[in-house]
Amino acid sequence: MDLILEGLWQAIVLLCTLDPETWRITLLSLQVSGAATLVSLFIGMSAGICLALADFRGKNLVVSIINTGMGLPPVVVGLFVTIFLWRNGPLGFLGMLYTPGAIILAQAVIATPIVAGITVAAIQNLPRNLRLQILALGATRFQMVLLLIREARLPLLAAVMAGFGGVISEVGASIMVGGNIKGYTRVLTTATVMETSKGNFDIAIALGIILLILTFAVNYILTHIQQHDRPR
Amino acid sequence: MNTEQTLLEVKNIDVRRGGVRVLEVPHFSLRQGEIVCLVGPNGSGKSTLLLTLCSLLERHAGELFFKGSKVVDQSSVLDFRRSTATVFQEPLLFDTTVYDNVASGLKIRGLPGREIRQRVEQNLERFSIKHLGQRAARKLSGGEAQRTSLARAFATRPEILFLDEPFSALDPPTREALIDDLDTIFRETKIAVVMSSHDQAEALRLADTMAVMQQGRLIQMGPPADVINFPADEFVASFVGMGTVLKGRVVQARQGTVSVSVADKLIECVGNAAIGQSVILCIRPENVTLALPAHHDGTSARNHFTGIITRLVPMGHFFKLNLDCGFFLSTHITCQSLEALDLQKGLPVSVSFKATAVHMIART
Repeated sequence: MDLILEGLWQAIVLLCTLDPETWRITLLSLQVSGAATLVSLFIGMSAGICLALADFRGKNLVVSIINTGMGLPPVVVGLFVTIFLWRNGPLGFLGMLYTPGAIILAQAVIATPIVAGITVAAIQNLPRNLRLQILALGATRFQMVLLLIREARLPLLAAVMAGFGGVISEVGASIMVGGNIKGYTRVLTTATVMETSKGNFDIAIALGIILLILTFAVNYILTHIQQHDRPR
Repeated sequence: MNTEQTLLEVKNIDVRRGGVRVLEVPHFSLRQGEIVCLVGPNGSGKSTLLLTLCSLLERHAGELFFKGSKVVDQSSVLDFRRSTATVFQEPLLFDTTVYDNVASGLKIRGLPGREIRQRVEQNLERFSIKHLGQRAARKLSGGEAQRTSLARAFATRPEILFLDEPFSALDPPTREALIDDLDTIFRETKIAVVMSSHDQAEALRLADTMAVMQQGRLIQMGPPADVINFPADEFVASFVGMGTVLKGRVVQARQGTVSVSVADKLIECVGNAAIGQSVILCIRPENVTLALPAHHDGTSARNHFTGIITRLVPMGHFFKLNLDCGFFLSTHITCQSLEALDLQKGLPVSVSFKATAVHMIART
């Protein structure tokens, strides 16, 4: 119990004293996972919407593959991204390994199927004739897609939360492709792992609490947006 | 038909689903201000035809003309859709307020705010939902939601309104009130309407033209009274509630009248047919007069029979009586008359109907 209380106290001290290293780690976590979520939203949502609206043979297979991807183990993603970015790898020329960019890439790979899977379900969950109704109202295809997104905004924001939640808390891929380099690629999760392995439980708990607060804050804001513009 | 008046015309429409033809309509047209009701049982192709007419369903073949111009490419389809409006069986409202729902078609068209406000107000009032303007659409009752959907359609000032079974999901009192209001609005706005319904009563109430469909084909089209009284075939006859549909053979033919043998009984009817011709006779239940055998008087009706009551079916305000007169005959009787005559199953009764009350269809 003392250990936890000590951790809590340490967290408050670290935050209140504006410990530069802690702030840097926190900010980088937010930046990296935020960027990865944005990338996954762009790709995952576009793919999810196209998939939900398209009708083709083998659609169920593709949706199943995406749904399987929603549970991709981060270490497997980390392994393959490392191989791709390795000096002799297909993308080695980019020189991205052990940079924040590599973490963004790996995290985007993790989050994209989550966003795509939830998007497919969200759009398919809308009444079947809604698409026809929107077209009948005189909408262009682009307007139809925008209106469908607006109608599915609750589950789609849930996709954002799930995507962000998946990557901000992920450690395996970040440590493999980022390398946990101090002041450069060290994020909250990798720092927590390192401090725990060093026996610095107070700092580890403090970092864990910061991570929880951060995740809560982001989800609170998203939930607020989600529930805000619904008429009562 | 005057082509200047024709708003919508389709030719040789062929719609397929999974390679199977589900709709085949050689010709269909709609005049300005005309209200056409497509009727038919479930799966007869009403909704498929309706969605094809409003260009929401891809067709395998066929042409669609709006005011004489062919609707063919993407831009002409968009223009056509913006000149029409469609309301589905389920209201399909957006998850926002009633006001914003009614405004949605106008926002899609990019109309200026002032015009949107004015049109939305007008249509909220027209459909008696002004007090619901700021209510969340998902919290509306079925009737309120369908009124919102109709207001949304009317706000775009369509030249043609397509209604796909718009009253099916509503309870009877709500449906009655909405049909009454729509009848008034249709007459006021003189809008052209194509609606589908499985209820012929709705067609009788609202439509100028009734089109009966079966298995993806238009079987008969005409004024509702004509379709109901003079069905083109056995299917239409039973669908429009003919009550009695009998198969027989012409045994005598005089000028304008024929005698038809049905189960060894002779039924006289008005019409022309050759002796030996197989025919179908249709008799509406309300055209059959019923009396107790002792009270049988000399009516002017040409057909008199004695029958046994085989079934009494309560229908609310009246009873449906099935009789065995050697052939099947169905008639209606009010609850009061049923009580006064003390009619029961197995009781013999006397029935009569005029030769003009029998609609004869030649069998091919």
